[in-house]
Amino acid sequence: MQQEIVEKIKNDPKYQELVSNRSRFAWILSIIILVIYYSFIMVIAFAPQTFAAKIAEGSVITIGIPIGILIIVSAFVLTGIYVWRANSEFDSLIDQIKEDIK
Amino acid sequence: MNVAAILMFLIFVAATLGITYWAAQRTKTAKDFYTAGGGITGFQNGLAISGDYMSAASFLGISALVYTSGYDGLIYSIGFLVGWPVILFLIAERLRNLGKYTFADVASYRLSQTPIRTLSAFGALATVILYLIAQLVGAGQLIQLLFGLPYWMAVVIVGALMILYVTFGGMLATTWVQIIKAILLLSGATFIALGVLYSFDFSFEKMFTEAIKVSGEAIMAPGGLVNNWFDAISLGIALMFGTAGLPHILMRFFTVADAKEARKSVFFATGFIGYFYILTFIIGFGAIVLISKNPEYLTGEGGLIGGNNMAAIHLSHAIGGDIFLGFISAVAFATILAVVSGLTLAGASAVSHDLYANVFRRGKVNEAQEMKISKIATVVLGMIAIGLGIAFEKQNIAFMVGLAFAIAASANFPVLFLSMYWSKLTTRGAFIGGGLGLLTAVVLVVIGPIVWVAILGNEEAIFGSKYPALISVTVAFVGIWLFSILDNSKRAEQDRAAFEAQDIRCQTGIGAEGAVTH
Repeated sequence: MQQEIVEKIKNDPKYQELVSNRSRFAWILSIIILVIYYSFIMVIAFAPQTFAAKIAEGSVITIGIPIGILIIVSAFVLTGIYVWRANSEFDSLIDQIKEDIK
Repeated sequence: MNVAAILMFLIFVAATLGITYWAAQRTKTAKDFYTAGGGITGFQNGLAISGDYMSAASFLGISALVYTSGYDGLIYSIGFLVGWPVILFLIAERLRNLGKYTFADVASYRLSQTPIRTLSAFGALATVILYLIAQLVGAGQLIQLLFGLPYWMAVVIVGALMILYVTFGGMLATTWVQIIKAILLLSGATFIALGVLYSFDFSFEKMFTEAIKVSGEAIMAPGGLVNNWFDAISLGIALMFGTAGLPHILMRFFTVADAKEARKSVFFATGFIGYFYILTFIIGFGAIVLISKNPEYLTGEGGLIGGNNMAAIHLSHAIGGDIFLGFISAVAFATILAVVSGLTLAGASAVSHDLYANVFRRGKVNEAQEMKISKIATVVLGMIAIGLGIAFEKQNIAFMVGLAFAIAASANFPVLFLSMYWSKLTTRGAFIGGGLGLLTAVVLVVIGPIVWVAILGNEEAIFGSKYPALISVTVAFVGIWLFSILDNSKRAEQDRAAFEAQDIRCQTGIGAEGAVTH
């Protein structure tokens, strides 16, 4: 990439908007999934009996099971949220940046 | 001998050889060979990635873990899944925007080619070979059991087919074999899970109640899989960063047209993998009730015929009879074939694209030569894998997948990640830090409980945990950081100065490799 184009893109406010918005979004989502996962695994390491509690009186199902399934679902939902915003907002910013350097 | 299984397996082999023939006609350039021309869609790639991840080991292994330990199986699956969102948020698009054929392209983008490519290629090859041996040994034992073939013959058949697919059909054939297998495996597992639920009138309450009657309350809660904070964190790091450092998975991001398709791939892959893990959980519990007390599936001593890894296979028989058992056996065989093909291609690319074309010939190489080397590398790597697969038949290989993940997490991932994120990274820092990570991972596995005690027969492990990642990944990151900031060489200035342009390409995809249309 030529230095001239690098300078131009670097100073493009749309580029700065893209980089800061996307980085913030990506890191926030990453931290959410990490917190979810490590909270789960720490409960298992330190207080496994927490997950042995039943979900309701008379039921044999422990709360650990719906929590586990919920983590699987949340991983999928979080990727969906990211893809949805990236496909609309971030991609349109990138298209505009590409337009600007033409 | 199961006639249905053999028939269905032969149909699968015939179909995949047909695909290989079709793909061979379309595989003309190096780009076709390494990345299927970059024309795979996000949805297709999502299926292929999930196929790479849903190996026979994970299908049979995780349902077996649920079968023996109940809830612990779910903990394990969750660990394998949560790496995917992180890969999407932080890596997938950047990787697609910067890379060409291998992850070493990205790691060495602004650094000195020779040292970084060599390190990455060795990291890739080590991961691939360990994984391949583990898969082939598992394959040999499984096929021996399902089809009654001698072990060595099973390994040779799998090895020969994988060499055929990759040499002639390249990434296009490898991807489509993987997609077909992913669909077969997901359908088969769905059918088993529905069969299980049907036999409990679609009541989870009833299923768990019956399972508790057989195995006791303990299976409903965390058991002994992780019981201290070190193992908990370390296992999490190995699975998360290891996934992001597996060469055969990373390579898939170069098969799609652009960053948009790359991110869609991960979305679909996460969905398929998550769904699959939920199925294995149901399958494991179904097996507890439906087969663990059925004398038809038990040996004289009361264990499962063929060991616990056969739980899902026996269950398929309990649910759908001989024909469905045949289908699931054929799917298990297909799964092994598809996964080893992807691994072989990743290994061959590290040899031909990284070591030969860019290190040995310093980039001065034409397409035809590189293609030729990649095919030779495929055949040689395939034969080495067959040889090692046979040699390791009676060995304890339990450490191999763990070691592969540890190397991927400690050598491949830190260099790749920091090359994209940290402007002050230098060649020297990446090389020394990545090398230290690799070394630490290998040493800690060797002196750990699995190799030092179980295999070498020593009394007590020098390093007490099975999961070295927490230490080896830290060593790698600290090493890279330290040797980068201490680096005042001319090369370091060059490395840092090149970050800005790289970052713009990373962020926007301007200048990225495009797809070719045929």
